Amino acid sequence: MGSTQRARGHERRAQVAVPRSDGAAAAPVAALAVDGAGGAGPAPGARRGARRAPAGWVRRFLANGAGVVGLVGVTLVVAVALAAPVLAPHDPARQYFDGLTLEGDPLPPSERFLIGTDLLGRDLLSRVIHGARVSLLVGVVANGAAVLIGLVVGVLAGYFRGTVETVLMRLTDIMTAFPALILAIALAAILRPSLWIVALVIALVNWVWIARAIYAQVLSVARRDFVEAASALGMSAWRTLLRHILPHLVSTLMVFGTLGISTTVLLEASLSFLGVGVQPPMPSWGGIINESQSYFLDAPWLVVFPGAAILLTSLSFNLLGEALRDALDLAERR
Amino acid sequence: METATKANPKSLGRRLGAVTRLAAALLVVTLGAAATAQQGGRAVVSFQVDVSTLDPAIGYDWQNWSIIKSMFDGLMDYEPGTTNLKPHLAESYTVSDDGLTYTFTLREGVKFHNGRELVAEDVKYSLERVLDPATQSPGQGFYLSIAGAQEFIDGQADEVVGIRVVDDRTIEFTTSEPDAAFLHKLGLNFAHVVPREAVEAAGGDFGHQPVGTGGFKLREWVLGQRLVLERNPDYFEAGVPYLDELVFEIGVDPNVAFLRLQRAEVDVLGDGIPSARFTEVMADPVLSQQVAMGEQMQTGYVTINVTTPPFDDVRVRQALNMAINKDRIVRIINNRAVPANQVLPPLFEAHDPAYEGYPYDPERARELLAEAGYPNGFDTVLYAYNVAPNDRIAQAIQADLAEIGVNAELRTQAQSTVIEAGGAGEAPLIWSGGMAWIADYPDPNNFYWPILACASNIPGGWNWARYCREDLEERAAVADTLARADQAEQRNEEWRQIFLEIMEDAPWIPIFHELQVSMHSSRVTGPEGIFTDPMHIPVHYEYIRMAE
Amino acid sequence: MVPYLLKRLAQSVFVLFGITLITFLLVFLLPADPARMIAGRSATVATVESIRRELGLDRPLPVQYVSYLKGLVRGDLGRSYAQRAPVSDLIASRFAPTVQLALAGILFELLIGLPAGIAAALRRGTRFDQVVMGLAFVGVSAPQFVVGLLLIYLLAYLVPVFPLGGYGTPMHLVLPAVAVGLAGGGWYARVTRSATIDVLRQDFVRTARAKGVFPSRVVLKHVLKNAVLPVVALVGLDIGVFMGGIVVVESVFGWPGIGQMIWQAIQLVDIPVIMGGVLITALFVVVGNLVADLVYPALDPRIRYQ
Repeated sequence: MGSTQRARGHERRAQVAVPRSDGAAAAPVAALAVDGAGGAGPAPGARRGARRAPAGWVRRFLANGAGVVGLVGVTLVVAVALAAPVLAPHDPARQYFDGLTLEGDPLPPSERFLIGTDLLGRDLLSRVIHGARVSLLVGVVANGAAVLIGLVVGVLAGYFRGTVETVLMRLTDIMTAFPALILAIALAAILRPSLWIVALVIALVNWVWIARAIYAQVLSVARRDFVEAASALGMSAWRTLLRHILPHLVSTLMVFGTLGISTTVLLEASLSFLGVGVQPPMPSWGGIINESQSYFLDAPWLVVFPGAAILLTSLSFNLLGEALRDALDLAERR
Repeated sequence: METATKANPKSLGRRLGAVTRLAAALLVVTLGAAATAQQGGRAVVSFQVDVSTLDPAIGYDWQNWSIIKSMFDGLMDYEPGTTNLKPHLAESYTVSDDGLTYTFTLREGVKFHNGRELVAEDVKYSLERVLDPATQSPGQGFYLSIAGAQEFIDGQADEVVGIRVVDDRTIEFTTSEPDAAFLHKLGLNFAHVVPREAVEAAGGDFGHQPVGTGGFKLREWVLGQRLVLERNPDYFEAGVPYLDELVFEIGVDPNVAFLRLQRAEVDVLGDGIPSARFTEVMADPVLSQQVAMGEQMQTGYVTINVTTPPFDDVRVRQALNMAINKDRIVRIINNRAVPANQVLPPLFEAHDPAYEGYPYDPERARELLAEAGYPNGFDTVLYAYNVAPNDRIAQAIQADLAEIGVNAELRTQAQSTVIEAGGAGEAPLIWSGGMAWIADYPDPNNFYWPILACASNIPGGWNWARYCREDLEERAAVADTLARADQAEQRNEEWRQIFLEIMEDAPWIPIFHELQVSMHSSRVTGPEGIFTDPMHIPVHYEYIRMAE
Repeated sequence: MVPYLLKRLAQSVFVLFGITLITFLLVFLLPADPARMIAGRSATVATVESIRRELGLDRPLPVQYVSYLKGLVRGDLGRSYAQRAPVSDLIASRFAPTVQLALAGILFELLIGLPAGIAAALRRGTRFDQVVMGLAFVGVSAPQFVVGLLLIYLLAYLVPVFPLGGYGTPMHLVLPAVAVGLAGGGWYARVTRSATIDVLRQDFVRTARAKGVFPSRVVLKHVLKNAVLPVVALVGLDIGVFMGGIVVVESVFGWPGIGQMIWQAIQLVDIPVIMGGVLITALFVVVGNLVADLVYPALDPRIRYQ
């Protein structure tokens, strides 16, 4: 343990912009919630740098160009979602008779409709702006929940093994084969169609991916020497988990947490199509794509713009997350 | 006794435009003259959804309806491209004076695909099979008017006494009441003739091992991929079918099917032109030649549940009727329909061209709502089928209703769910599109009994408007007893009046009558009207042929 | 190993049982009446009721479930309500195409994702890394229907290299597999990259690199083996999930897979087909995850099972 302390101190003085050891780790999950309070308090080993830590990580973060881009992107999307009614040039539900050609086709971008109209003559820009709300909610919250559940299941199963592992992994099997579509339709019939059902079903179904990936990694990491040493030295299981194992998982969690935004937004569209989630005319990025996909070759703006919105959102979250992770030295380096 | 060697329910024939009748005449001539020269070839039809079954007693969906018609035959059929009824397997028929007994003389030498010659007993077997509860036939309800049918269904009788085999070539039907649509019902797929031995040999899987008398027989069927039919050389109608082979490709996305049509890999788009390409196609001088547009016996409408407040007030229902901008909705579907103001589509004699219906007048609609006590509108729910373009149409309706203060929460769901909600009487408003009523046969009563009658105002019934007027019901029943050909005009007048009165009550908002649009490759052709045959949708397969 | 396999086998039966039970219950919660769907729009109430009786849908749920299980044991999956054909026939006809697409899809995912992820990790922070990872995002964010349509339009229509959808030859398989591979490949690339980075940070690897020595082949092999662990997990899941069919890709390319069958069955409330489809999916999920679990020790010998 002592040698690693010295090694950590050495690195800190060198201000190398590589991930640090677990010393300065706040709980990785808390850092994923991008509320800027990443420094939830350095762990005991890094107390020496406590005074510098807040300023240090901010500086490191700002030095990372990609991270700044990500921050701007995320702020933009959130701002758009919050200010949608003010920002949108038209009422997103307003169907203009002259928003379609005489033959009933959508209009391409023009002065009046900046990125064109949709299949009902509604302004696409306004719909994309308003769609940010639904998509952000589903993409970030539902996906975030899935990541959280998956993390817990994967870690418990991979670390504690035995019966816990068996039960949890067979549960994973069941949930993978689980007919989520049917559950969604049934729920929508019993309760009323709502976004919360969508979020619930998505979280309920997507966690298996994170769980299996995390499980695989934990199986390997938990066997590494330093972990076995730690438990031999009597370190409690939870501490071991937090300090030695979790940091290895941060990167993977980051991937699922951000790429998953895209997948989730598109999945929401399928569920809403079945009458489970947002009902028309409430727009969502995935929904706009879903209803216009077959027009892709003739009215590409209907897919390109919402698609770009999805892409930019998940990309921004990813850039921001990775930059924060780097700045906070969250990931283990062993 | 009234005799007819060729059925002429004048009522229905007259509606067809002169062009179609001329085409029908030309067809007869061309068939007789140049038949052999045009035979041969292979055409491909694309469908997205799998063909479910080819059992005429069971098949009742978009894909298999016309395929079954080309593999099986019934006593009656329609002249190609028209709604004119004519005897088919029957050579001739007579109807008794009281209109209760129909006697058919069958053609000679009609063979099943397995080689056996058809006899009258086969006709009786086929109809009893449809009535038999074990078959679970969706068509059972059409033949309840045959005497003894109910007893047979209930297991009290071993046979249907109303169907009597006189001899091998003669069969006699007796109905318990005069049924003006009876001949039409004998033209339905459900009444097509099947051979007992093949049904029994298939052991419950006759739908995948069909044996009929039709122009095509089954050569190969790879489930989910491909259905191949080949010409029946022993078909009793001379000269048809033209094609040697007819291939149905399954699982093809309509957009991809369109691309394949351009490459001449597909000859007929079974699911129609994808809406995204429609405008482009119609604007293209070459492609537009390959498109055929025609009328259908179809109406798309919104049902209004007349038992649920506030819709129990006729003024509210009328207000809804005036709130919808039908021209805009028609434009949304690329003008592939004509706005509707009444129940029956124009193809029907009983359709009233002079009736103007409810105009698009949101002002007046709001006034009516206020009169009824809803000056600020109200909230309600609109159900719709989620498959395009119905979700769009429903949103357009929703927007129009919002204009007069009616805030309709839109629920776009799977077909089965919507049907369930409608059948349970829970849905205040339902856009029927996707399940919109296409008549089973070209008779006005088909637009009444299943969807507007007191008899279908039952849990699970398709009268989603929960509409019931006993007086109209009686008049409808009486109208249906006017079975003789010379009563046809009177009958149509009766129905015209009935439907006009229904519109006064406004249990529906008729939105449009969809046009049938089909596109074929330049490799195939056929007589005018074949590609928009109102009875054989999408195409009359027996009359397609290769172009020169 | 063998005792472990036997244990897993026993557990799998349990899992399958659980799935059938859950699905059965869910299906009956669906707001639809199969008897009415079969009876069609022109049926009388009597017809609907008699169909309900014929299909045994009027019996209490537990009775129906037990009857279904009994049939399963006999190998009888029932008959489709819509098509009246035996469910096993329907599944059998779609089995081979589904397997082909699943395997080919996974292959493309690996081909696209693994090299990209590892290369990006090795060149971390460079332009290459950023571009590759950006592309991964695009691959994941692009709706599969659009990707499929685009692939067909560009590579089968404008430039007729491949057939316009359909099934039959290896050429038919390429575009659908690529469509699957592009989306999944993006995932695999990113997951591989982060796992590789994590392994590269291990002391002995860093030591070698700091010394200027390019990590030896042995070290590289070690890196790869461990980096691939989470990907193996994903492949295991993909096996299961893909065998349940990939509806969107199947429908765009006209690929006769199980996905389309199940999707249509859900719309029509064709209960036997739904149950059959879920069962097949469950079977392969179990198999896929088992395969993944068996591969882990091969990659990392420290992992052991009791």
